[in-house]
Amino acid sequence: MSAGAGNAYLLEGVRRLGSVALFLVRLLMQCGPALGRPALLLHQIYNAGARSLIIIMLSGLFVGMVLGLQGYDLLQRFGSEEALGTAAALGLLRELAPVITALLFAGRAGTALTSEIGLMRATDQLTAMEIMAVDPLRYVAAPRFLGGVIAMPLLTAIFSVVGLYGAQLIGVQLMGVDKGVFWSQTQGSVDLHDVNEGIVKSVVFGIACSLIAVYEGYNAEPTAEGVGLATTRTVVASSVMTLLLDYVLTAEFL
Amino acid sequence: MRDVSYAFGDRPIFNGLDLRVRRGRITAIMGPSGTGKTTLLRLITAQITADSGQVVVFGRDLATLGRAEIYALRRRMGMLFQNGALLTDMDVFENVAFPVREHSDLPEPLIRKLVLTKLQAVGLRGAAGLMPAELSGGMARRVALARAIVMDPEMLIYDEPFVGLDPISLGVILRLIKHMNNALGITSIVVSHDVQELSTIADDSYLLSGGRIAASGTPAQLRASDSAAVRQFMSGGAEGPVAFHYPAPDYAAQLFGVEER
Repeated sequence: MSAGAGNAYLLEGVRRLGSVALFLVRLLMQCGPALGRPALLLHQIYNAGARSLIIIMLSGLFVGMVLGLQGYDLLQRFGSEEALGTAAALGLLRELAPVITALLFAGRAGTALTSEIGLMRATDQLTAMEIMAVDPLRYVAAPRFLGGVIAMPLLTAIFSVVGLYGAQLIGVQLMGVDKGVFWSQTQGSVDLHDVNEGIVKSVVFGIACSLIAVYEGYNAEPTAEGVGLATTRTVVASSVMTLLLDYVLTAEFL
Repeated sequence: MRDVSYAFGDRPIFNGLDLRVRRGRITAIMGPSGTGKTTLLRLITAQITADSGQVVVFGRDLATLGRAEIYALRRRMGMLFQNGALLTDMDVFENVAFPVREHSDLPEPLIRKLVLTKLQAVGLRGAAGLMPAELSGGMARRVALARAIVMDPEMLIYDEPFVGLDPISLGVILRLIKHMNNALGITSIVVSHDVQELSTIADDSYLLSGGRIAASGTPAQLRASDSAAVRQFMSGGAEGPVAFHYPAPDYAAQLFGVEER
């Protein structure tokens, strides 16, 4: 790649970042009024949250079960199977639940948001709102953004709980770790700091993923191809952003 | 609009455009495809701003207005989109009620009466419970018209209202435009290339061509024009100043030559 092309990429990247930042500012300014419309907001929390519940719970269960198997196998080599509860709980709370929930959210709710808003753009619905003197940023974008931001920590919490149950299912019921030891170890070693890490991560991921989904939809090229491309960009950008932010936050919390 | 110029990227669309819409009348804006008719509407509704020149709506120069003032101005106008642009996640009734709910705190019974009277005016009171996806093209456009008039605008803008309609729906829309203008005194701007349909209802007409107004006057005056471009458009001829062929290299040379396409 020549220096010129590299510069162009860099310039485009910076321009995009600036455009997203501006969009975020305008979006945040409309979030206040959007909070005053609980019906719209509840509908979006339902869309982003409740409709992702099954996939989140199913994934949580399997991730927890895998943790149970792998964790047991690893720990019994050191003769410390009773630490399984701690390992599973810390892994889930601090890392796996926020990250996997965010990745699933990007694929399930993020794509739905992007394609919905993109299609509204393509069919002139957003323009029609502007002509009717209704700011589409306030009516369409802000409630969806807030819905995602609120839904993500809730989904993450559910993922953690179901995951822990899955680990317990394998560790205690199948592998025979003592039930009392499993839970008391968990209770003893998980403190508020670990829970906070998960909560902070899930909120940050919620903001990032919802922002990307809404931004891409809002700025999608108003054609079938454009909406498709925007949806793809949502998944790619959300996933990469989630993992990148995860590293930054983990480094911050340790 | 006075001396308006606008360019899309480096492609100039308008170049010194002058146009006047008189209050309470139906003004037709005609022109071949690609002459910027829709761009003109976007200028009038302040979705885009002119590069130079003045766009004055309701006595206010759009370039001097802030976002809030533009929104206030837009409440006084209604616009009918080519495809209706109905909100697909709500039914016909809610679509028409949407601007009312957004802009007023009217009690529910009053909103219901208001919406039903507007739907009755476009003949679709019975369709209030349908979703936009269940409507035909003509019906969707009539619902959109009901939505456009529900706030009692002073000015109504129609973007290609006749495209893709069967003769019956077309007649219905024509009568509705005329009726809205007569009964409610709404200033109407109709953008279209359907010359025959428009000339039956328009009070004034403008013909757009090459980024400026090629001709203006009543439809009868336009038909009697001696300008070749106007005559070609009004009669639908393939030959004339507006060429049928997009600029291309020589036909024979390209067919029998060795170039790649």
